[in-house]
Amino acid sequence: MKEMTYRDALRLGLQESMQSDPTIVILGEEVGRYGGAYGVTKGLLHEFGEDWVRDTPISEEILVGAAVGAAMTGLRPVAELMYVDFITLAMDQLVNQAAKIRYMFGGQISVPMMLRSQGGTGRSAAAQHSQSLEAWVMHTPGLHLAMPADATDAYVLIKHALTLADPVIFLEHKGLYAQSFPFNPESAPPWGRAKISRSGNDCSIICYSRMVQRSLEAAAQLAELGVRVEVVDLRTLHPLDMETVTKSVRKTGRVLVVTEDCLTAGVSAELSARITEENFEYLEEPVLRMAGEDIPIPVAPALEAASVPTNESIKQSILKLMRKK
Amino acid sequence: MGTDTFFSTSSASAHMISENSRLLYLQLLRIRTFEDRVGELFLQGGSAGTMLHLSIGEEAPAVGVAEAMEPKDSFTTHHRGHGIFLARGADPKRMLAEIAGKEAGYCRGKGGSMHIADRKLGHLGANAIVGGGIPHVVGAGLSYQLLKVPAVSVAFFGDGAMQQGNLYESMNLAALWKLPVLFVCINNQYGMGTRLDQASASLEFVKRAESFGLVGKEVSGLDVEEVKKEAMEILALAREGKPAFMKIDCYRFHGHARKDKSPYRDQNEEEEGRKKDPLKYQADRLLEQGVSVSEMDSWHKKVADEMDEALNFALETQEPVLNSMFEDVYAPNLTHPESVGSRIDRALYSDILLGDSR
Repeated sequence: MKEMTYRDALRLGLQESMQSDPTIVILGEEVGRYGGAYGVTKGLLHEFGEDWVRDTPISEEILVGAAVGAAMTGLRPVAELMYVDFITLAMDQLVNQAAKIRYMFGGQISVPMMLRSQGGTGRSAAAQHSQSLEAWVMHTPGLHLAMPADATDAYVLIKHALTLADPVIFLEHKGLYAQSFPFNPESAPPWGRAKISRSGNDCSIICYSRMVQRSLEAAAQLAELGVRVEVVDLRTLHPLDMETVTKSVRKTGRVLVVTEDCLTAGVSAELSARITEENFEYLEEPVLRMAGEDIPIPVAPALEAASVPTNESIKQSILKLMRKK
Repeated sequence: MGTDTFFSTSSASAHMISENSRLLYLQLLRIRTFEDRVGELFLQGGSAGTMLHLSIGEEAPAVGVAEAMEPKDSFTTHHRGHGIFLARGADPKRMLAEIAGKEAGYCRGKGGSMHIADRKLGHLGANAIVGGGIPHVVGAGLSYQLLKVPAVSVAFFGDGAMQQGNLYESMNLAALWKLPVLFVCINNQYGMGTRLDQASASLEFVKRAESFGLVGKEVSGLDVEEVKKEAMEILALAREGKPAFMKIDCYRFHGHARKDKSPYRDQNEEEEGRKKDPLKYQADRLLEQGVSVSEMDSWHKKVADEMDEALNFALETQEPVLNSMFEDVYAPNLTHPESVGSRIDRALYSDILLGDSR
């Protein structure tokens, strides 16, 4: 099967979308001449020209706010925030404006924009360049939220997101850009559906973004110990495909939710609550959560690595979950 | 109601009187009367909430700039934007219905006074975050530049927004990219209860704009004709890709919102401030031009009738149905929020309802 890096898949998705939709304009810090801090937009300036691939000043609020206004008036902007940590500077435009414009104005005005960014640990980039802030987005009605775990989903999700009539927050993971994955867009489920990345009958791991990879690696090791783990990759957090999650949970009766964002009031809390509410009588054990520790991300590599779920810690948690079986 | 219908029967003196002067007066009068009816709507218990920010005293900046704009131009406003929208052609019935939180309002009763908008009239939205709508006109300007639309996008905001950072990010980007954008500061002297000189060490706002490379102008908000003339000149520059800034000075006649009695200003100041009345100023001009008092009275009656009709409509038209609260969060064919009650039912009766999740 063909292989592709996560970064190249994103670029291909952007490039093909821009070729078919002449209203797409990319706005962001270092997206043009530099080619994107992680190289995703490299070469797009050359192909589409500086009107359509626009370097902006380091002004996150206007960069997102201008995307909102452009989306209201006929363009489909892709605003790039170099790190999701910088979203704080654009929060008004995201939360009070982009997310609410359709609703406040009674459905008259759409905001078909994308906010692309990346988060997560892995580069010792410290407390202001390593966070996972998806819970803030998920907590805001009016936004779609995609978090691809591999190259195929990076490609199919970005292409579909660029056809939606609503704002989409597209969060990539800095630890995945350089990795190669099997590339098979035809195999991908439709937008808004989770996928079973690995089938198993003993327990379910519910995860997304880079935690899918870690969960799969833990599951492979657990298989050697005779534990058959099912891994559900959510792919999008809005829409949230609880139907696929529920089917898996009712099959296995044991659930571990794995997220990189910190535990308290995080995505794992919402997932755990929903799984428990909807599947109470099917559960053999409490729904367990593994998530980032409730600390700012430290710079020291050993501390940083230990602050989020790892292959090994996921494996150990699954073994605990299986204690009575 | 269109303004031209008011003049379908011309009086003997009509040829002596400037059509422009009459039209501008009428718009000022409509806004003043509309805002008065907003107050009545509140007193009758018909307004959705008390967050009603009247623009009495600020009619000339609204009318002068709005009348200088072209039909294709777009705009955003602050929370004190009734007058601007009305001057751009809004239907007062649908406006008051929105302020009353009714389904027939511009935004189906979901936005209200502070979030009114109308795509067809180029109103990209009133905003209740100070400065929140300013970046949108920069984006609209980018659309017009890239899609080759000969339009300008205008941001209206108060002096409070002059101390918001996003204004300066917006000015910089508009100037950097040479976008067809006009920033209009309607300086009513107060950000809520804080006087401008208590909020800003420098009041040289035009200099601020000029330092970003914008064209800047300062105009008195007393004379609507002067505002319109200046706005036409500056809009012509903006249309050519020379973004611009206008500061228009006026006085907020009443408190910040409906219940504010302005304890932070003294009576003398208010009396002096209210002498700068753009409606009276234009009325005096018309009287000088030879409009009779009786003719003017007949206009007042027509405007009062128009706004009374709007008020009655707003009071009588129906409330939104409850289920409409879940509509318009996302595009109609995309996802639909599930009610809290429905989730509880699914939790308790999930076997029956499995497969119904969204």
